[in-house]
Amino acid sequence: METTVDKYTYKDFANEQEVRWCPGCDDYVILRAVQKALPETGVKKEDVVFISGIGCSSRFPYYMGTYGMHGIHGRAPAIASGVKLANPKLSVWVITGDGDSMAIGGNHFIHVLRRNIDLNIILFNNEIYGLTKGQFSPTSLVGQKTKSSPYGNTQPPFQPGELAIGAKARFFARIGGNVPKEMTDIFIEAQKFKGTSLVEVLQNCVIFNDGCYVKYTDKDVREDQQLFVEHGKPMIFGKNKDKGLILKGLKLETVTIGENGITEEDILVHDAKTEDPTLHQMLVRLEHPLVTGIIRSFPDVTLEEREDALTAQIKAKSEFRKTNDLFFSGETYQVN
Amino acid sequence: MITLEKKPNAEILDAVVIRFVGDSGDGMQLTGTQFSDTSAMFGNDVATFPNYPSEIRAPQGSLYGVSGFQVHIGSVEVSTPGDNLDLLVAMNPAGLKTNLYAVKPGNTIIVDSDSFNKKNLEKAQYKTNPLEDGSMEGYRVIQVPMSSLTKEALKDIEGLDNKSLTRSKNMFALGMVYWLYDRNPEHTIEFFQKKFKTKPHLIEANTKVLNAGFFYAETIELIPNSYSISPAKMRAGTYRIIMGNTATAWGFLAAAEKSGRELFLGSYPITPATDILHELVKHKHFGVKAFQAEDEIAGISSAIGASFAGDLAITTTSGPGLALKGEALGLAVMIELPLVVVNVQRGGPSTGLPTKTEQSDLMQAMYGRNGESPVIVIAASTPANCFDFAFQASKLALEHMTPVVLLTDGYIANGSAPWKIKSMEELPEIKNNLVNEVTENWSPYTRNEATLARNWAIPGTPGLEHRVGGLEKDRITGDVSHVPENHEIMTHTRAEKVKRVENFIPEIEPEFAREGDLLVVGWGGTYGSLHSAVKQIVEKEGYKNIGFAHFNYINPLPKNTGELFSKFKKILVCELNNGQFVNILRMHFEEQKFLQYNKIQGLPFANSELIEKFKQLA
Repeated sequence: METTVDKYTYKDFANEQEVRWCPGCDDYVILRAVQKALPETGVKKEDVVFISGIGCSSRFPYYMGTYGMHGIHGRAPAIASGVKLANPKLSVWVITGDGDSMAIGGNHFIHVLRRNIDLNIILFNNEIYGLTKGQFSPTSLVGQKTKSSPYGNTQPPFQPGELAIGAKARFFARIGGNVPKEMTDIFIEAQKFKGTSLVEVLQNCVIFNDGCYVKYTDKDVREDQQLFVEHGKPMIFGKNKDKGLILKGLKLETVTIGENGITEEDILVHDAKTEDPTLHQMLVRLEHPLVTGIIRSFPDVTLEEREDALTAQIKAKSEFRKTNDLFFSGETYQVN
Repeated sequence: MITLEKKPNAEILDAVVIRFVGDSGDGMQLTGTQFSDTSAMFGNDVATFPNYPSEIRAPQGSLYGVSGFQVHIGSVEVSTPGDNLDLLVAMNPAGLKTNLYAVKPGNTIIVDSDSFNKKNLEKAQYKTNPLEDGSMEGYRVIQVPMSSLTKEALKDIEGLDNKSLTRSKNMFALGMVYWLYDRNPEHTIEFFQKKFKTKPHLIEANTKVLNAGFFYAETIELIPNSYSISPAKMRAGTYRIIMGNTATAWGFLAAAEKSGRELFLGSYPITPATDILHELVKHKHFGVKAFQAEDEIAGISSAIGASFAGDLAITTTSGPGLALKGEALGLAVMIELPLVVVNVQRGGPSTGLPTKTEQSDLMQAMYGRNGESPVIVIAASTPANCFDFAFQASKLALEHMTPVVLLTDGYIANGSAPWKIKSMEELPEIKNNLVNEVTENWSPYTRNEATLARNWAIPGTPGLEHRVGGLEKDRITGDVSHVPENHEIMTHTRAEKVKRVENFIPEIEPEFAREGDLLVVGWGGTYGSLHSAVKQIVEKEGYKNIGFAHFNYINPLPKNTGELFSKFKKILVCELNNGQFVNILRMHFEEQKFLQYNKIQGLPFANSELIEKFKQLA
């Protein structure tokens, strides 16, 4: 049975399962954005695999019409690595949350990024444990009151992008949970990118951490509080498109175009594809404005490519074709 | 070149046990391997066991820096590396001190007398020189100034630094032992020619020293006679010497080729299992994908991913690593994917005794997971049959769609023995449960009626897209289900699937008596020790009513197990643990009384202790 790629719609990537997230959860937005992105990527439905860990977000594969596995807590990157290495033709996606990837799965998270296996990781960051009903997570803020920090959280958080780029991530994007169009575009780019792509979605948890991103993502403030970067374009933001970033010494500074002699020419142009992650790290760390979009997209050799090349080279040189060749090679002797 | 002359006075022996010991840098592993390979090619049965320090570069001459290699060769069947040494070759005082316990008075010890200087004696914590103080009386000690004789032999060879001059003294020792046991050094000379292809001066040097040792032994009157061990009666065929871990790796290679699935290994280094990883990474030419993961959990998780994608997936570890893999193994049970987990057991708990052998992970293999989580558990019992059981583990996993735990242990994994090479043509077929196209009412949880194995639909197959996961499955559709009755049915189904494997494995075949007074029962890596002890007591000491049953299949047990037990008055279960298999048997056969014999010293059973125990009961 040959499926023709051009007739896919988002419905082809959905299934009949009833989606069971809380009403109003951003997870619905992410699910639909993924289902809308996939038809645009040219990937065949049967070649798509979703692997998740544990947590609210990790129910995701059950709601897709593709192959999928709901794995165990924190281990999705490792399971997905096995899938991809076993069959590099597949489009393999990892669905994870801030607890799943930053806490229990921290080790797999950094190593998958280091290796640069061609996976797409969507990190649902809601700065809280939802499924276990409201404990602080590794991205919760200091002082945040949760069920396991009734007097305020005392553990300083990770910034996922900072950790990821520190772990040699070649592709990192960040996007608000309430902008489906931009999110879809980023997922398409993540799939196109060869290597591990990490997309952090600032996902609002309506039950346990409602409004945690509202100061950045609310429709009224979004344009002034977020800088949406695009490769090759100046880093300009604001309702009036008059704010921009410049580099002053070793710090990024927000300036207003037209004030103090600043023109558009002075504004930094985003280079997502440079190997040097210094500026990407600075962008990731910035709080005012919060940087969204594809912050880093440096093309590099993938692990599968390295492995394939090595295998081809060794196969060409080796005298062994079948296991019998090996078993009867070297020091054998006859007993009569 | 050496021409072997007939030695009319040579004493004919059935079997001998030799141990070469010296400093980590003295090349004892190489010496021992050369002696065992040469003996195997001569036609002897052999069994070997290395013993090296866990420190990587222990201080020279120290007691804990002693490295040893034991070889048991025989004209008769040899099933263990042996207990008591007929010959100890000690290259330094520390080697003598730490190994003397294994030599019975009257037996021979060859020492490099040059190394018994003040410094080395102090490092070995000898207050006086044991070669001079009379403490070695009762042993046949042959003192040979090997270091100086080696230097002397090499004085005309140019291009050797001082280190190389003394380094090859192990070959002097090997030359002597070759003469002593009537072995032709030719095989070792060929080995030099291959190994030092680009360094002709090293070929010359090593050959010269080897020959010098050989001639020295021949000439010197210190060695009063020499011994001869005839070839053993072994089944005709092509053989090679193989180490247990290599055999395990090769069993997987064979299973991958036979099943037509690509081999994926997800693994994390751990003693004593790492050699399986070392071996499999070499075989990229067969398309083996060996992935060294960031930890034990990623090792098994990546293997589960590869299995989901259609590979023959395995993960290799030792005790503490299996503990870490427990949760993921439960996932593989739940999603019913083929997976082989190799546990090369070592002493525990915790870090325990990493380089010592034990059988104490049986309960962990059986039950070390949350929930009702049955898996197939099988155990290899000799270095060579690690091949068969790695192959069989793969076959069972693929045919029954379930994880399989394969237990070996440090003793058989590092030991080596002759392997009658199995060609692919001799190996049984491996089927699988792949589905390639959509059929009416297709479901990933549709089961094979005989095995209860579910369908294996792999990504890339159009129309069979489905989701699996750790949540309980609906027994028909495979969708998530929290229905109470369904959970009970699925729990029973997973158990029944493993139980039915008994219909596909061989029955247990006792050796020696088939009924009688005492049945000696063992499992896994103790086969050699138990078999040779029972054989001795039955054949040489006339205890005709003793039988021996050794188990490779633990879960499920062979179908006729209960019937076999009913034919003996007493059953003695011998294990290198505190009594794990015996308790599994007690659970299965409540009416039966089981006696137990246990040893938990990180060491294999000694022949003498087993015989003493058997005699008490027979």
